[in-house]
Amino acid sequence: MTDRRLLVAVPALNEAGSLAGVLTEIRAAQPDAAVVVVDDGSSDETAEIARQAGVVTLQMPYNVGVGGAMRVAFRYALDNGYRAVVQVDGDGQHDAGDIATLVAALADSSVVVGSRFAGSKDAKWVGTHRRWAMWFLAVVVSRVTSTHLDDVTSGFRAADHKAIALFAEHYPTEYLGDTVESLVLTSRAGLSISQRSVSMRPRRAGRPSQGTLRSALFLGRALMAVSVALMRRPVTVG
Amino acid sequence: MSSQWLGLLGAIALAIFIVELLRRGILREKFAVLWLVVAVAALVVAAYPPLLTGIASALGFAVPANFLFLVSAGLLLAVSVQLSFEVSRLERSLSKLTEDHVLLAERVERLQAGADEGSDGAQ
Repeated sequence: MTDRRLLVAVPALNEAGSLAGVLTEIRAAQPDAAVVVVDDGSSDETAEIARQAGVVTLQMPYNVGVGGAMRVAFRYALDNGYRAVVQVDGDGQHDAGDIATLVAALADSSVVVGSRFAGSKDAKWVGTHRRWAMWFLAVVVSRVTSTHLDDVTSGFRAADHKAIALFAEHYPTEYLGDTVESLVLTSRAGLSISQRSVSMRPRRAGRPSQGTLRSALFLGRALMAVSVALMRRPVTVG
Repeated sequence: MSSQWLGLLGAIALAIFIVELLRRGILREKFAVLWLVVAVAALVVAAYPPLLTGIASALGFAVPANFLFLVSAGLLLAVSVQLSFEVSRLERSLSKLTEDHVLLAERVERLQAGADEGSDGAQ
């Protein structure tokens, strides 16, 4: 029988190159956890690789973005009675060894964000402008959520059963909604957030977005996401 | 005088076009009603121009056409806001449907796999 408590959710868009390795790593680190891959409308063999690996595969008929993919994963978790969900990206950026750290921290908060900046200096691969933008965003979101957060755009995070119920219904699906806006949503729903330091690797495939203009654009859109999240009526979990 | 005929023809054409779309079931009532109101209003104003100039001067417009432009701009703004609203609503419905579909597809796959195993065992 699979462990009904922890679900590792892997949103993947065209990650045929790295997915098999990521799944093997997760299995090794968390042999008792169930794994679900959400194939976000990939044009490569992402879904086939997930099925061959024997994990639950949710295949979106078209691309919905990370937020949309994660919302399905949260609904799946809610429908099947999982008590915790950990999001691990399919590109191999996240170290499955850190899943345990995030899950352990769920004991005293509803959402745990894996931070690549907290207390470590091995994040040199993030471009300077981009890093500055992320820092500024972290300051803003930290203020809004009254929680000290260093890495608000991190996709490596854990959610407890209360957050699962909230996210299954309300997870933001717009650009950056899955990272920044979801934290504001969590905080305004009265759920607690904390962070743990994790190590992250550069992506195995694809390259991170960089450049001054793109960073400025990224920051603008992120602040927009925060503003919209703040303007929305707060939702409560029953 | 020719501009009045042009307006009259345009209003009639709009009314016929909208009614035809409605009749063929292409346009839904809630959208058709608005355009029908516009068509009828345009028809009335085109048939009897003093009405427009009368209202415009009563409201203090020096040039009656400006009154017409203001009304048109306001109407177009209202329509685009309504359309944005409808599109947002559609997107929400669509994502809900997509989620349901994906979860059901996974469930069917799982049940199918279970059924296949069961029939293999029986043989």
